[in-house]
Amino acid sequence: MLMSKTQVVEFTVNGEARRVDVFPMARLLDVLREELLLTGTKEGCGEGECGACTVIVDGQIVNSCLVPVAQVNGARITTIEGVAGAGDLHAVQQAFIEHGGAQCGICTPGMVLAAVDLLKRNPSPTENDVRNGLAGNLCRCTGYMKIFESVVRACQK
Amino acid sequence: MADHPIGKSFPRKEGRKKVTGQALYVDDVSFPEMLHGVTVRSPSPRGRIKNISFAGNIPWDEFTIVTAKDIPGANYVALILNDQPYLAADFVNHPEEPIVLLAHIDKYLVEEARRNVSIEIEEQPAIFTLEDSLARKAIVWGEDNVFKKFLVDKGNVDEAWARADYIVEGEYETGAQEQLYIENNGAIAIANAAEGVTVWGSMQCPYYVHKALVKLFGLPEDKIRIIQTETGGGFGGKEEYPSLIAGHAALLAWKSGKPVKIIYDRAEDMVATTKRHPSRTRHKTAIDKNGKLLAMEIEFVIDGGAYCTLSPVVLSRGTIHAAGPYVCPNVRIHSRAVATNLPPQGAFRGFGAPQSIFALERHMDKVAHTLGLTPEEFRRRNFIHEGETTATSQVIRESVNMDHLLTRALQLSDYHAKRERFARDNAASNGRFSKKRGMGFATFMHGAGFTGSGEVFLQSIVSAEASDQGTVKILAASTEIGQGTNTIFSQIAAEALGLDFDSIEIVQPDTGRVPNSGPTVASRTSMVVGKLVESAVTGLKQTLLGSGLLPENYSQSEFKNACAEYVARFGSLKTSATYQPPPNVHWDDEKYQGDAYGAYAWAVYVAEVSFDELTYEAHVEDFVALQEVGRVLNPVLAAGQIEGGVAQAIGFTLFENVVWKDGRMANNQMTNYIIPTPADIPPIRVFFEENPYAYGPGGAKGIGELPMDGAAPAILNAIENATGISFNHIPLMPELLMETFTATKRHKTNK
Repeated sequence: MLMSKTQVVEFTVNGEARRVDVFPMARLLDVLREELLLTGTKEGCGEGECGACTVIVDGQIVNSCLVPVAQVNGARITTIEGVAGAGDLHAVQQAFIEHGGAQCGICTPGMVLAAVDLLKRNPSPTENDVRNGLAGNLCRCTGYMKIFESVVRACQK
Repeated sequence: MADHPIGKSFPRKEGRKKVTGQALYVDDVSFPEMLHGVTVRSPSPRGRIKNISFAGNIPWDEFTIVTAKDIPGANYVALILNDQPYLAADFVNHPEEPIVLLAHIDKYLVEEARRNVSIEIEEQPAIFTLEDSLARKAIVWGEDNVFKKFLVDKGNVDEAWARADYIVEGEYETGAQEQLYIENNGAIAIANAAEGVTVWGSMQCPYYVHKALVKLFGLPEDKIRIIQTETGGGFGGKEEYPSLIAGHAALLAWKSGKPVKIIYDRAEDMVATTKRHPSRTRHKTAIDKNGKLLAMEIEFVIDGGAYCTLSPVVLSRGTIHAAGPYVCPNVRIHSRAVATNLPPQGAFRGFGAPQSIFALERHMDKVAHTLGLTPEEFRRRNFIHEGETTATSQVIRESVNMDHLLTRALQLSDYHAKRERFARDNAASNGRFSKKRGMGFATFMHGAGFTGSGEVFLQSIVSAEASDQGTVKILAASTEIGQGTNTIFSQIAAEALGLDFDSIEIVQPDTGRVPNSGPTVASRTSMVVGKLVESAVTGLKQTLLGSGLLPENYSQSEFKNACAEYVARFGSLKTSATYQPPPNVHWDDEKYQGDAYGAYAWAVYVAEVSFDELTYEAHVEDFVALQEVGRVLNPVLAAGQIEGGVAQAIGFTLFENVVWKDGRMANNQMTNYIIPTPADIPPIRVFFEENPYAYGPGGAKGIGELPMDGAAPAILNAIENATGISFNHIPLMPELLMETFTATKRHKTNK
């Protein structure tokens, strides 16, 4: 790693063009957090199990701890900081606040992005769809009941 | 006056920050010139440190290197026995013991440097199980490997055996469990002789860290400042451990003169930090011909690991809960916390009670089966009532109706009809591979607040300060760790003042600003500290009323005007409240008799399980959690506590298996230590009975730990109902189910 060279990678984050000069094998997670100071994306496990580092890359949710930054050259990335519109929370965010979907909040950014992605693909999911749609995101506080409810409420809006 | 905020589901106070990614956790905080710190740990479970060498192609002169010799004050983590060093000086007692700290501005280089420190240990015999510790295969702590023992002795157990119509014995075991908060442990420190030490960190108890760092640095109290950052889950795992990591960051900062951040990755957090104590419980129970308990003899042992940490108090809570919500004239409980060479175990939601309640509630089913009674009928004959005494001879002075809770929980879960139907279906499908179904339940209680005289000893303080804008700040050391402290305190204060929820502000816990309201543990935040919030703000109101600036029946704007006028005249408006015990609470620490807790929550949990004879998987299909927790302050938050606790308890029972190899956790990854995912959790249906508690704010009792207690025995009782096989060890992994199931089948075929 000490021997490798940095390279320029360009991509769009939350609608804004960004250019970073980083090690190509740096984790997208670290580049977002340390280079771009987008600390809403969290590290939980570093091996793609917990989903706390979930971001959306070209319409797909990914674990940003498993993505080398070189792979996102030219990609469009959405992080938690880009979910809310100007001044308005996304319906999923609002529902998480109102229906107890967030407790300690560390899994919440990833969970919200997974839910936003799920509702985009399936605007009226059954509870089973929600369970499967969020199965890659772990939460240790809620026991998931209030997260499921939040997602179901969000699509009723 | 505003509507009554108590009892309403106000949205989480800091919810917006959390759903937008704006909440700042410790790893989200940085300082200029900040170094990254790492910990070099022992390569062996026990032995003498012979040599430390720094090898490899590493520019060592760029590194800050700290060993025990660099500690300015006392080299121990101040807690109960002060036996755990911050850095081992010449002897190690577990395979993850910290020995050297390194810091460098390049976090990748510091990681590589860590791998190039070699530590040579002259190994000594080590022990890794509580059985080996009790057998004294090696003496690894003190004279007898025992951190603490208790004896609860009520009535005369020895005389009861002769009168018994039945005597039933059983042995029950629980494994270690990782708290697995999704945010790993972490701390940042700035430290120098001129300004003292400041630490930012993920933690439950800022004043625990404060106390420990005062000793570590030998500095006056006002030179140590501890600030809690947003905390991504704790569950007890950030009760005492942060004192260690905060101290390490501070030692590196002190030596380097730079800010230092230490963030564990998941593997280090899982392998090195505390877990739930493994336990073994033995029961011997005498029952008369009417199915009434005559005597209970209980031996309870927990494995504390290499150092004492909080083991004595974990043991205490486990001991007091070991005899449950039953009335029995003769009870003897002898309990021990023993040492092994595992990394130290520590606090985890429930704090000993889930272990001893698991044993008791499995045993109660066993006794019922032996007597030919249903589990329901046997418990009904022995439930405790108002005016009767617990194992510690505490007279229950609040109204309690376990019979009603049981009836309602069994109705809500459709227990009787399902049990009958499953029995029929299971019998009909015998001989074919199929899913067997079963129903089981547990009845239990959980004491809120510190045990015995603990709250009196803590002398917690909360302050409230009104601004000239009419907002009221709550100053307390109680941390928001996801459980809802900010929201609940705001509701309590708003209710007491007749103000809007939004006019209450919760000050970030910072030992430089807030008084010591005690640790955020023991289901005490709502009930005990919440009561102090109520008293402190009531003091504000009385001051304003007494000054004549506020009319008796005031509006929000009249309150604001009165605050503005008061602050203009007197400079500030601040009041404090200090803990006062409820009347008639007495505790004898010597005899372990008396009022163990000010109040108990009471509960009945019912599990429906399926057992797949092909895959040997047990799955929880439905779960009903009914509890009486006094008044419910915020229904959404309260249900969230129960659901989350039940999910953790399902993990404890069926998923979460810590695999030990020579004292080290071998499966320290989320890939192979499995916690429940969204796909694994059954519907968790939560119900409350409300019975306001006279000494809790708005009538509330504690709630946080309760849901950890009942699920494990309910699930194993249900598995026994489904399979006819009695399992008494958790976690109950499919491997063990397979082994036992096939052995039982073979045994039956051979007959």
